[in-house]
Amino acid sequence: MSAARGLQPWRWLGVPMLQAVVATILFGIPLRAFGWQLPQPIFPMALAFAWAVIRPSILAPFAILILGLLLDVYWGGPLGLWALCLLIAYGVALSGRSMMAGQSQAILWAWYGLTTATAMVAGYLFVMLDSRSSPGIVPMLWQFVATIVLYPFAQRLIDLFEDADVRFR
Amino acid sequence: MSLRDNPLGELKVPLTWAAAIALIVAVVAATAILLSDRRETFKAEAYGVSRKASDTVLAPVGDFLATPGRWIGGGFDTVRDYFGAASENADLKTELKEMRQWRDVAIALRDENARYRTLLGLKTDPPIPMVAARVVTDSHGPFADTRLANAGRERGVKVGNPVMSENGLVGRVIGVTDGASRVLLLTDIASRTPVRIDRTNARAILTGDGGPNPRLDYLRGRDPIREGDRLLTSGDGGVVPRGLPVGTAVRGLDGRWRVVLASDRAPIDFVRILLFEDFTQVVNLKQLSQAPTPPPTPGPGMPKLPGTEPADAASAPSPAGAPVKPPAGAAAPVVAKSAAPQSKPSADKKPPDGPKAGAPKAASAKPDATPPAVKSGAKTPATKADGAAKPPARPKPKTPPAAGGDG
Repeated sequence: MSAARGLQPWRWLGVPMLQAVVATILFGIPLRAFGWQLPQPIFPMALAFAWAVIRPSILAPFAILILGLLLDVYWGGPLGLWALCLLIAYGVALSGRSMMAGQSQAILWAWYGLTTATAMVAGYLFVMLDSRSSPGIVPMLWQFVATIVLYPFAQRLIDLFEDADVRFR
Repeated sequence: MSLRDNPLGELKVPLTWAAAIALIVAVVAATAILLSDRRETFKAEAYGVSRKASDTVLAPVGDFLATPGRWIGGGFDTVRDYFGAASENADLKTELKEMRQWRDVAIALRDENARYRTLLGLKTDPPIPMVAARVVTDSHGPFADTRLANAGRERGVKVGNPVMSENGLVGRVIGVTDGASRVLLLTDIASRTPVRIDRTNARAILTGDGGPNPRLDYLRGRDPIREGDRLLTSGDGGVVPRGLPVGTAVRGLDGRWRVVLASDRAPIDFVRILLFEDFTQVVNLKQLSQAPTPPPTPGPGMPKLPGTEPADAASAPSPAGAPVKPPAGAAAPVVAKSAAPQSKPSADKKPPDGPKAGAPKAASAKPDATPPAVKSGAKTPATKADGAAKPPARPKPKTPPAAGGDG
């Protein structure tokens, strides 16, 4: 019986990780039509939130670290910036996990927005300290909006794996 | 027995603690990586092995994935061109009428410039070689704005090389590997570019903030800028050649002066990487720092040291204070590369070509010989010292050290 089995890491960590990497690469293609570029959401943010809600894990923080480093290398930003921001988001979601239990989808979406905002504010501060200049607020808001619309992907991951491990019911 | 009463449920608490410890370890690792990152130094060695390896892999992957994107973009352009053909035709006819008038003016100015250059013996900058490349990946977030171009070390690209599209400056290279170079866009938060306002010649620093319109910092002077003013690179600091088009000035919503980038007029799919060598790349800093200290200048009543006999005019004390002959390297560091500081100069030796020609020789040449720097029009301390006794026959035009694009 599948429900009684322990949750395999590759199923809830490996496969979504691969999907997030592929999505990030696809959205990094230099495509421009009618003067508009593709948005650049932070796909691993949905994973950082969903993994914290699904269950506490030893592997998840390291998976997030790797995803963040890949993001930094691919986007050409300061190495470790998104790794740290995503881990902060994961930490916020993990600490609020007990409060999120049994909440409606709208409340969870609000929590997702809160964790994303925390990560982006942290990123703003780190970048400000690093480059001694303030990043623009408007591009940050665009990326924030592009990221919070990814919540349905996080919800799907939560629905798939929240009850998959009998020890965490 | 329900699953909640199962003894396995006890695993929950230690696992939560273990997860917290794992999170702390990961945070410490990420912090250490972030603190050790030296991207902002823009030095070739600061672009780590991991970045070089990933760029090498990403360039062909991005190129492959971007191909359908280019087709789709081309399709959109075709549709837009089809529906906008009539209005575009009318606009182009008006523009062509204006351009014909400008062409006549430009030809007249070109001839006049050529005559002045011949008269003054002005050494203009050599043309800058360039490499064409295709953009294969793009990031435009608030914290990083970079692109990967598919031309790298094998084609002579170096860290610091400016990158242009057909419309204007795009950014500069911050990392190079085989087959790929990472371009830091003007909009990146770490980008700083010295620019000048074409109308007033006022200087400013173009500072990226992650948005599409970088801001202008350190604007000085009274009314230095107006809406719609054209901005060009100033060439200050020698990192970017002078005169590359950057964009036009606009007043931002926050009240600060910002720039609508010229390169944003069209998609940046192909770029030109200028193989421009800035001053710090050309100069031999090691040799420069080893330049010998000049011998002390003998005073009126002091005995002359052997080997320091001053030549007549150059060492003669002047009322305004004796002009001390500067050391060979300090006079014009560029020449230190080609001339040994102690070597005996020959007055009849032809100066090398280029804007830095002759300056080192002038520093150590016999003072009674006409320094080549005067011939080439370069302004060096050596010519000033000599000029105290023997003023140059014609005015010395000031040439910027890293002049380039605008001619």
